[in-house]
Amino acid sequence: MAFSPENRGRARTIVARYPQSRSAILPLAHLAQDQDGWLSDEAMQEIAELTGVTAAQVQGTCSFYTMFKRDPVGKYLVSVCTNVTCLVLGGPELLEEMRHRYDADPDVTVEEVECLAACDGAPCMQVNYDYHELLTPDAAAEVVDEYKSGKRRARTVSGTAVVGGGRA
Amino acid sequence: MPITETRIVTKRLRDRPDDSWTIEGALASGAYDVLRTALTMTPEAIQDEQVKASGLRGRGGAGFATATKWSFLPKDSFPRYLVINADEGEPSTFKDHMLIERDPHQLLEGIAIASFAVQCNLAFVYLRGEFALGYDRLTAAIDEARNRGFLGNNILGSGFDLDIIVHRGAGAYICGEETALLESLEGQRGMPRIRPPFPAVAGLYAKPTVVNNVETVSTLPHILRMGGEEYGKLGVNKSTGTRIFSLSGLVNRPGNYEVELGVTFRQLIDDLGGGVRNGGKVKFMIPGGASSQWLTGSDEHLDCPLDMDAVGQFGVMLGSGAVMVYDDTVDPVLVAWRLAKFFAHESCGKCTPCREGTGWIEKVLYRMSHGLGRADDLDMLLDVGDNISPGLNAPFSQTTICPLGPSAVSAVVSLNKYFRDEILARVATATEVSA
Ligand SMILES: Cc1cc2nc3c(=O)[nH]c(=O)nc-3n(C[C@H](O)[C@H](O)[C@H](O)COP(=O)(O)O)c2cc1C
Ligand code: SF4
Ligand code: FES
Repeated sequence: MAFSPENRGRARTIVARYPQSRSAILPLAHLAQDQDGWLSDEAMQEIAELTGVTAAQVQGTCSFYTMFKRDPVGKYLVSVCTNVTCLVLGGPELLEEMRHRYDADPDVTVEEVECLAACDGAPCMQVNYDYHELLTPDAAAEVVDEYKSGKRRARTVSGTAVVGGGRA
Repeated sequence: MPITETRIVTKRLRDRPDDSWTIEGALASGAYDVLRTALTMTPEAIQDEQVKASGLRGRGGAGFATATKWSFLPKDSFPRYLVINADEGEPSTFKDHMLIERDPHQLLEGIAIASFAVQCNLAFVYLRGEFALGYDRLTAAIDEARNRGFLGNNILGSGFDLDIIVHRGAGAYICGEETALLESLEGQRGMPRIRPPFPAVAGLYAKPTVVNNVETVSTLPHILRMGGEEYGKLGVNKSTGTRIFSLSGLVNRPGNYEVELGVTFRQLIDDLGGGVRNGGKVKFMIPGGASSQWLTGSDEHLDCPLDMDAVGQFGVMLGSGAVMVYDDTVDPVLVAWRLAKFFAHESCGKCTPCREGTGWIEKVLYRMSHGLGRADDLDMLLDVGDNISPGLNAPFSQTTICPLGPSAVSAVVSLNKYFRDEILARVATATEVSA
């Protein structure tokens, strides 16, 4: 989807901050994901216009980065670490269990990620980039269910804090 | 006597667990006092009498002398940029994550001092995209600092201007490599650049650029507060001061510990980390993050001091300050495979030996760690590794543009060095069983 008028204003402010507009591609892709929950072709087209490059260049850049989702994902992105500390403290088992539990749930996307820089809290995961540490599979599922029931407030799928009714 | 921490860079966040990241908490514990003094000095005095005299070396991985790096900036070439490397993605390193979330004002004060010293008016913080709370805290801290005159125009009446842009990454370990980081900051794929030119000469937007790590810059206020020479008395040999070590793995108390350089691995693991879980023994450790070669639990290795140069005698580096500890319940081949998977995933693909080699290393280690190893697998891995890092030495040589490729070989070399017999015996047993 294209940016809302409000977000287009935000986008222009971001572009203006940088000595070269092209630098705004990553921040604008995050902004698009804040709005849409993923990074669509239309959004990349508009980012291209705002930063003065071609849509192919925006796509070339964005496809390099794992946080940019070029297909829709669930409202809750559960990122489980299996790198070398989590590996020996239950990370792979946690990943398996979460994949299994939320397999049929369209609101939840479970992904395997590299070290989250929270290894003293292994095994750990992020939900929309908020940390949850020292988990058992049951504790992790409880956390996800609390997001789903609204007991916990989730960030956007790009990790931006949501304040009041909308984006921070 | 068991050792204790020497808390300098971690002092505020340990002393004030409830408000260290707020402007009130920071000001109540002396934040920005040093900046006021710094702005009355000359940039040269800060560079020479403070930073150079302190012996400060980069905490990001390479351990390069900070003052020397700054001195490479060409004279009279402006604008120039300071870029803070806050992309912390080296496996099992979690110190910058803590410093950003829990003491953003210390980082900002350090950035202001560094910017004044290298005469830059626009600084960037390239922040790992996954650090969502870190982004909130850092941007809030910038707003508060600006409101109080510590950032922005005419800082504290000195005539010095500084603006800071926090730029979120988006999930790519390679963007921690400084030239890939600059590419990414310019809106490109994060692929390392061929050097020369070095960033000091042509970095961001082809302008002179200094890239420094979060911990490096967070140390600056303390160097100026204590005096460079005094700070330089801490530590050992050419490893001056303190460093934060991220201790993880199978120890009783994993965590970040700030110690004077020169204490030993054993002291870090036993005195601060509470030793190996369940009364076990260290089988192997990975110092310096995933890119370093490994150490074992031998007395010689455990009693080696945390000295950036002395550890080189065993082919390892202190790198990003990670120390991962494994006991004999852990299969070293499995750990090596997971690291290989990481490097294969994170290789940017620009150089053939790395792009292809990391994939092969991952595949072969997978079968070795899953009971399907073959007798000549280890030698084949060494051969693949030799194409990436000819000679398989430490410090390494490389056929690649950046050190990620050679880093992927470190685990293979370590397996061969310390576990060759164990691995070959295992293959022999498996073959017998299947025959
Ligand atoms: C593959 C790779 C990843 C790196 N990741 C980081 C990182 O996440 N953070 C960091 O500060 N330095 C990282 N470095 C080191 C940087 O290239 C650079 O040396 C450092 O940021 C310089 O800062 P310093 O001199 O203050 O240490 C990495 C290097 C390589 C080769
Ligand atoms: S060594 Fe690997 S990560 Fe580094 S530039 Fe070459 S392909 Fe990219
Ligand atoms: S290994 Fe999982 S957070 Fe570092």
